[in-house]
Amino acid sequence: MNIFLQQLINGLSVGSIYAVIALGYTMVYGIIRLINFAHGDIMMMGAYFAFITVFATGMPFYMVLIVSMVLAAVLGVTIESLAYKPLRKAPRISALITAIGMSLFLQNLALVIFRADPKIMPAIIPKRPIMIGPIQIGTVTITTIALSIFFMVLLDFFVKKTKPGKSMRAVSEDKEASILMGINVNKTISITFAIGSALGALGGVLYSVAYTQVFPTMGVMPGLKAFVAAVFGGIGLIPGAMLGGFVIGMIETITKAYISSQWSDAIVFGILIIVLLIKPTGILGKNEREKV
Amino acid sequence: MLRVEDINVFYGKIHAIHDLSFHVKEGEIVTLIGANGAGKSTILKTISRLMDPSSGIIKFRGEDIKKVPPHQIIDMGMAHVPEGRRVFSKMTVYENLEMGAYIRKDKREILEDLEMVYKRFPRLKERLKQPAGTLSGGEQQMLAMGRALMSRPKILLMDEPSMGLAPLLVDEIFDIIEKLNQAGTTILLVEQNAHKALKVADRGYVLETGKIIAEGKASDLLEDDSVRMAYLGG
Repeated sequence: MNIFLQQLINGLSVGSIYAVIALGYTMVYGIIRLINFAHGDIMMMGAYFAFITVFATGMPFYMVLIVSMVLAAVLGVTIESLAYKPLRKAPRISALITAIGMSLFLQNLALVIFRADPKIMPAIIPKRPIMIGPIQIGTVTITTIALSIFFMVLLDFFVKKTKPGKSMRAVSEDKEASILMGINVNKTISITFAIGSALGALGGVLYSVAYTQVFPTMGVMPGLKAFVAAVFGGIGLIPGAMLGGFVIGMIETITKAYISSQWSDAIVFGILIIVLLIKPTGILGKNEREKV
Repeated sequence: MLRVEDINVFYGKIHAIHDLSFHVKEGEIVTLIGANGAGKSTILKTISRLMDPSSGIIKFRGEDIKKVPPHQIIDMGMAHVPEGRRVFSKMTVYENLEMGAYIRKDKREILEDLEMVYKRFPRLKERLKQPAGTLSGGEQQMLAMGRALMSRPKILLMDEPSMGLAPLLVDEIFDIIEKLNQAGTTILLVEQNAHKALKVADRGYVLETGKIIAEGKASDLLEDDSVRMAYLGG
């Protein structure tokens, strides 16, 4: 029983990382209907930003996190304006291919700058096991869960209550009507990329601290799983990405613990296939008619 | 107040609007009538800069609108109630009205205008927390109009406000249009329901495949035999 609880908490921790990364996929999809395949690599860049900041400045964890998130936001906005914005009126497939190209570009850029060998991420979150009853939880796990939830609550507030958040929702529903309201659509899309990329960096930093490694292709698998999480929950829906992230993280952890660690990825992706067969719009997705 | 001079508009390769000119004076209701595909919506979209003319000039209160980015048109005092209402269906009625006042910062006056909208459209007030997508067609039209009013427009561009509504509601909508005009809002109205539109309008223009084929006082157009034959059902 205790081991099971332990696994649940691990699943929650892994899931919260997937959830924050999935938010970036889902927000960008919501606003410009693009699967940003470079998002996993923005997460990787976020981890490198943190790695460099630690070594260059020796700043404490929270400062490192903020620096990394800000840099990733700038990177995300730059990528959008250079690579995606010119294709806004092009067929969707063009932007999708560009996103895949951008993903490969970022991986290879990291390869050239940082080399292929994994860098060891210093333990910037002090590691101390905490006992809750009979269950032992690491500080990294607790910090991961707490920070992820904190940023999710913050995002929820931002989207629901603030003016830029509301304009994000308006633009994601109807760009022309948003222009008529006086909303600057380009600015709103930039804000979305900034937030999505910052959350990606959050995921990247937490991931690299948990697995103590940073390497150029580290964004691929978590990126793919976060994408699965976003689709699983209902792509374009913020609560869907959160739910999807936690569910995928939980399934993966439980599978690894009780079935087989080799099979866990196969099972996660298998679940995606099943969900898409039964409910193509994802768990929280509604079957909407395409607007003409 | 609004002057459109010799505009040409293309939809891809299709020449939708040909050398079209017309004007709207302050305080008027002007209507553009014509069959489906005559280019009525295209004209409104071009005026509010959702589309660009390939040539010609559009001046609003003396200013060339080409110099203003599309999202700042509303700042000039022009609000567009688009065809098909286009309310934000996942946002609440209240949030939709808030989006209408997006460009404004005068919080107190915004609240006053909200009250004004509630008074004009009491049914919206009962549904403030409901997602706009759950409203009926008539209510959505009222919301789209209320949303546009929240920017305190000098001119209101209305695209087919009666489309898809039950006859009783159509009367109600036209009634509101007249009242808005009496309260000082200039209105450019695009309608397929030519009879109703000419009844409320001061002047009208009749469009056919992107060209104006008749214009004049609305009351004269109502009496005009050729217009009656073509658009008013004989």
